Amino acid sequence: MNNKIINWFKYASPQSFYPLAGKMIPWFWALAAIFGGIGLWITFFAAPTDFQQGEGYRIIFIHVPAAWMSMFIYIVMAGWAALGLALNTRLSGMMAQALAPTGAIMAFLSLWTGAFWGKPMWGAWWVWDARLTSALILFFLYIGFIALQAAIDDPRRADKAGAILALVGVVNVPIIYFSVKWWNTLHQGASVSLTKAPTMAATMLWGMLIMALAFWMYSIAVALTRVRAIILEREAHTEWVKELPEVKGTGQ
Amino acid sequence: MKPRHKRIALIGGGLAALGIAAALVLNALNSNIAFFVTPTEIAEGKAPQGKTFRVGGMVKEGSLRRDNLTVHFVITDTAKEVPVAYTGILPDLFMEGKGAVAQGRIGADGVFAASEVLAKHDENYMPPEAQHAVDQAQKTGQTLKQ
Repeated sequence: MNNKIINWFKYASPQSFYPLAGKMIPWFWALAAIFGGIGLWITFFAAPTDFQQGEGYRIIFIHVPAAWMSMFIYIVMAGWAALGLALNTRLSGMMAQALAPTGAIMAFLSLWTGAFWGKPMWGAWWVWDARLTSALILFFLYIGFIALQAAIDDPRRADKAGAILALVGVVNVPIIYFSVKWWNTLHQGASVSLTKAPTMAATMLWGMLIMALAFWMYSIAVALTRVRAIILEREAHTEWVKELPEVKGTGQ
Repeated sequence: MKPRHKRIALIGGGLAALGIAAALVLNALNSNIAFFVTPTEIAEGKAPQGKTFRVGGMVKEGSLRRDNLTVHFVITDTAKEVPVAYTGILPDLFMEGKGAVAQGRIGADGVFAASEVLAKHDENYMPPEAQHAVDQAQKTGQTLKQ
């Protein structure tokens, strides 16, 4: 093996990733606070009211970033799961496990805020259209992944079972995204996409994108914090964990 | 082949098979996944007979009429139209020229008797001034055409 490959794989070992994650976490928290502050200021003060929905539309500043994150985190989680299955790396399973609760929270948040918006705007808390149903399935996939992993005691086998579930469920993500295009749904089409100009006023769009950035930073910070806890738990028997200053002297 | 490559091939093959299966299932369910049918589909006889279903489209401009507690309006997809009668509270976003979805069944008189009406919002978000500007521009455009 040449040096490049060795360097690249260096941080795939829990022992070297643990301190790296610890160094990165405060930065992501700081960025989350900055973007969150600006985003919320735009949400409540800078963004104009909507011509039709009045003030009620402001829920999109939470709803849309949460929905984006719930789909994106799932793809990242499935990516780690595939990597773990293919290469048998220890960190992959831990990353997937660390991402799942945050993804589930995002999925729940998008469903919940969506219901809040739906009641006054559509006239219904919930309808069984393709977008809402597939988003609910995504939430159940997260819950199923968490439950399956927790149900199997041996972490290696738990990772494998979870990885297969995560990979099977990845089919659902494009279905969620394109559901509003493929079928007649009550849910409106995308206001923001890569292929066409956004159909939103500029201030609203900026507010939403900055909120999305804040959600990204928050998700990364939380997932890294969680993966550190998982590393400590799973590697508790190893020498390097016992030598850590935060573990040493706690009687472990 | 190394075991690692074998596993990668297996995962790739499995995902591809799953994707194809999902595409086939969704294709087969296509008509059932639709949340509503359009007036054109009703005219083509694609609406379920003798069952409740949802019809969706635009509320035709100038068609909204109130008769005591019952509201009458016409849902159009610009090609075909369906008259709708509904007794109940309409959602805030329900208005002429905007999207709506009604659930119910077609009566013998050809009027769709709705038991629930939902407003369908579009993907446009803008401040009232911008909407005013858009309206003005459209009016000017129409005058120029005439």
